[in-house]
Amino acid sequence: MKFTLSWLRAHLDTDASVAAIGEALTRIGLELEGVSDRGATLAPFRIAHVVEAVQHPNADRLRACRVDTGAGIVSVVCGAPNAHTGMKAVFAPPGSFIPGTGITLKTGEIRGVTSAGMLLSAREMGLGDDHSGIIELPADAPVGTPYAAWAGLDDPVIEIAVTPNRGDCFSVRGVARDLAAAGIGTLKPWAPAPVPAAFAAGPRWRIDWPEACPWILGRTIRGLRNGPSPRWLADRLTAIGLRPINALVDVTNLFTVDLGRPLHVFDVAKLSGDTLVLRRGAGETFRALNGKDYAVTAEDCVIADAAGVQSMAGIVGGEATGCDETTTAVFVECACFDPVRVALSGRRHQVVSDARQRFERGIDPALMPDAVEAATRLILELCGGEAGTVTAAGAPPAWQRDATMRFARLAAFGGAEVPADEAVGALERLGFVVRTRDAAQVTVAVPPWRNDVAALGGPALDQDPALDPAVAARAAEGCALAEPECDLIEEVLRLRGLDTIPAVSLPYAAPVPLPTLTDAQARAARARRVLAAQGLAECVTFSFMAAREAAVFGPTPEALRLANPIAADLDQLRPSPVATLALAAAGNAARGLPDLALFEVGPAFASEGQHLVAAGLRAGATPRNWLAPSRPVDAMDAKADLFEALAALAVPMESLSVTADAPGFYHPGQSGVVRQGPKLVLGRFGALHPSVLGAIGLAGAAAAFELFLDAIPTPKRRRRAPPDLPPFQPVRRDFAFLVDAAVPAETVLRAARGAERSLIAGVALFDRYEGGTVPEGKRSLGIEVTFQPRDHTLAEAELEAAAGKVVAAVAKAAGGVLR
Amino acid sequence: MTDDLSALQAETDAALAACADLRAWDAVRVGVLGRNGKLTALLRDLGKTPPEQRRDRGAALNRLKEALTAAIEARRGALEAAALDARLAAERLDPSLPPRPRAAGLIHPISRTMEEMAAIFGAMGFEIAEGPDVETDWHNFSALNIPAHHPARDDQDTFYLTAPPGSPPPVLRTHTSPVQIRAMLGRGVPLRVIVPGRTYRADHDATHSPMFHQCEGLVLDRAITLGHLKGCLIDFLRAFFAVPDLPVRFRASYFPFTEPSMEVDIGWDRKSGELGKGADWLEILGSGMVHPRVLANVGIDPREWQGFAFGMGVERVTMLKHGIPDLRPFYESDIRWLRHYGFNPLAPTMLHEGA
Repeated sequence: MKFTLSWLRAHLDTDASVAAIGEALTRIGLELEGVSDRGATLAPFRIAHVVEAVQHPNADRLRACRVDTGAGIVSVVCGAPNAHTGMKAVFAPPGSFIPGTGITLKTGEIRGVTSAGMLLSAREMGLGDDHSGIIELPADAPVGTPYAAWAGLDDPVIEIAVTPNRGDCFSVRGVARDLAAAGIGTLKPWAPAPVPAAFAAGPRWRIDWPEACPWILGRTIRGLRNGPSPRWLADRLTAIGLRPINALVDVTNLFTVDLGRPLHVFDVAKLSGDTLVLRRGAGETFRALNGKDYAVTAEDCVIADAAGVQSMAGIVGGEATGCDETTTAVFVECACFDPVRVALSGRRHQVVSDARQRFERGIDPALMPDAVEAATRLILELCGGEAGTVTAAGAPPAWQRDATMRFARLAAFGGAEVPADEAVGALERLGFVVRTRDAAQVTVAVPPWRNDVAALGGPALDQDPALDPAVAARAAEGCALAEPECDLIEEVLRLRGLDTIPAVSLPYAAPVPLPTLTDAQARAARARRVLAAQGLAECVTFSFMAAREAAVFGPTPEALRLANPIAADLDQLRPSPVATLALAAAGNAARGLPDLALFEVGPAFASEGQHLVAAGLRAGATPRNWLAPSRPVDAMDAKADLFEALAALAVPMESLSVTADAPGFYHPGQSGVVRQGPKLVLGRFGALHPSVLGAIGLAGAAAAFELFLDAIPTPKRRRRAPPDLPPFQPVRRDFAFLVDAAVPAETVLRAARGAERSLIAGVALFDRYEGGTVPEGKRSLGIEVTFQPRDHTLAEAELEAAAGKVVAAVAKAAGGVLR
Repeated sequence: MTDDLSALQAETDAALAACADLRAWDAVRVGVLGRNGKLTALLRDLGKTPPEQRRDRGAALNRLKEALTAAIEARRGALEAAALDARLAAERLDPSLPPRPRAAGLIHPISRTMEEMAAIFGAMGFEIAEGPDVETDWHNFSALNIPAHHPARDDQDTFYLTAPPGSPPPVLRTHTSPVQIRAMLGRGVPLRVIVPGRTYRADHDATHSPMFHQCEGLVLDRAITLGHLKGCLIDFLRAFFAVPDLPVRFRASYFPFTEPSMEVDIGWDRKSGELGKGADWLEILGSGMVHPRVLANVGIDPREWQGFAFGMGVERVTMLKHGIPDLRPFYESDIRWLRHYGFNPLAPTMLHEGA
């Protein structure tokens, strides 16, 4: 919302500076977006009379001038070819800053002649590129007057952001009213005198859809002459970025901004029939004033004459009945439209207009008769003619209501000790009228322009249907009382300034705060740190991606497709963070950085809901180093990352098993699913499938893992058993078993571990060998078994017996044969 | 000392001096002190010495034995030291060689900020609440007093999911505020929660990302006032930015789910980017007293319970705190950017070690 300072002053009697006004606007919630003030830089320049301009005695191209600045005659040397005796010009006194040259003027002497100032060109004032000579003003320009004021350039343009609740401040008068209430100046009275009717003929209204348009006024003015607006009106509109069109249209735009009162003008000669009907659209197409065609639906309120739709009510008028230079009779529309229907229609047709902006926030219904009179008066003044009777349809909507505020609530809710008189005074300055008041509370009538306060017929509560009806009813009853009071408290505090409310630190809920994170949240945080400590870099990637690429990584149900994606490659919620990490790795590879390790703790999306996943991806090769040769990353890297994280989350590692049924984006022969028990899946890992690498454009190796954080059971809080610390040295024996290649290593290890539970403290696989002397379809597994004696040093025979149990157990469970 | 003893002494000294390594040394030792060594032989022959000389010769032999033993041991020490020197010289490594590589991982700045928020608000008694990224229209809008026609919905640029026929389409939550609703319904009152999380809006340019992060806050109790709102947020902002006298300004604004509503600005120097310095103001978060309609929508009687809510952009405060100039690289996973702005996973976010 833009307006000029002079426009504001048409409603507000104030001598406050623009800075003070801007500060107040921001404080009371009408945030200052900016001020453009050309006048400030032009302030030192005044209109002067060149009394005499003669050839400089010592310079061919200069003139010696005697200049009347209004404050005396001074000598000025001027180089402009057009400087001549008797002209009116713009004078810059010594000490003034010249915007066009960046120089601050000093009194000087030029070739023996004193020069105490400067006569300015347009370019020197920063007003354009003309530097062919100094500016010559009309003969009647008043000497001594500031040039900017005379030229109308000293009117700063103020722009504010109006919040959606303050439709009343989409008007200069509304802003003036708020400023006056905040102590900046006094609101000027505004009461247009009625214009008597000279005739009764003209179009009539008929409302067929009263819910969309409860009340509408109109008035015909005939015998007028339309043409360009006078300069004051054109200047006002130009200053705020509106293009002057013709007087009739400009009048409607003026009132839209001045009073927040959108008007529309129909050219009477272009209307068909004598009745304008407010009704639902019926699929017709009409061409609007913006040159576009709109097909109106039954949900759009339109204004139609005998020929069809001529306007989309409250949003945009029609081209066919618009006013131009040939218009001699006009029908002025001043309506009250339903804000919700205007908002929905405007959104449906994607029309943003000054009228829609105001109607959808709600206009002041009580202002309508006065607005018609004021518009009529201005049209007669600008275009001549005579006015007919005011024609109406429908009835004024009931806007009258009261609101009550208990003074104690200003402190108990608002945190501010505000004297009752100050609170009531603030409300009165905003236009609220006191109905009753006692020591404890005040009841006020809400002014018609404040549809945000104690909103009438606003949206009903939208309570959770699962609530206990009694609870819901009590809450609704409390809301009905609390809401208007909150509205009034807000007004009082807003005008006072929220900075005046003392800040109070939150009282302790407990002397030592309780844990901030739940166990699950703490696990996610720990997984993040452990993975980062493993050398993976944490990423935050988008939750959505291209459906085609997402499909590579899992199901992409329709229900997780965006209806309005911002780009075609961001239209599907990802089935796994591995998908977006793979894209991130491909992006880095494209930048020449193919070797990296990334992870993310974020959501994966599925039809049944989202779950939190700690996912990681290693790509390319390990670093080249003279001590450790580089090698491609592989599934075991991913498994190590996953198991490190699982261990850090206090998962009982000995209870985990790995099955070879990972989903298809993993390499079918180099991947696994990590399970706790038969059903609970905690994670997956593996090399990425070669076709996946191809699909995302990743050239090197890549291995990924997923840790399903939501599946990790919360460990039971148990006191730990005392540690097992036998005093006898452990004995280690190596075994090499020949087993079928298909037998999982885990089977061998588990069998060996369980062969003699009281004695065997650990089993580790140290070798795996295929080919060579090992028969086809077999492999050799080398395991180291640690025997831990508990009460005596083991005799060789005992050790042999235990070793025999290991061999027997592996033979039984895995068909292993000692090599 | 008799001549034969002196000769043995001299001969042994010479042999020791001549031996170059421990093996030669051992031969000398055995040749002198061994079972068949020369000194051993002399000792053995002591019995053949006439009795009147035996005493003197015995004493002389013992002195010689001590002297030779000492000389032999000294030589061994010298040889061992020399051998160690030689080994160390042979084992010399160029200490400027690079060690075996160990990749350094890191924490993303967004996670870091969220952990800091948890630490600071946690100290004020807040818990962390969560909710789904895919929300119902009711949680995201209606329950928060944003009806279908509300102009605020135009501003939100909502992403809609494909709806099953006949039901309102779910949305990607446009703010973390729907978790207010979930927290009030799920936990009841009194309540102190923050909600850091992902949020989505259909907006993509230099300063907007279609996915970003917010941190919502909600405090409900019987006597929470607007003064507490101010105190809590001032306390947080000063701790988070580590500027104890950070200027904080509150100005009236509007959000559908709070009343009164206010924007919160912090003081900074627009030119240098320094927080707490200069005369400029920077909008940092939105806040307000929870709207009575929001309370009523979840069955809380606004006559009994009141409080405040706030929401701030996680990326915005992260950029400000660490001087990160651009928004987009947050999500691009450029490893160079991550290494530049990422945090060591072992750097604590606990208050006592400096969040």
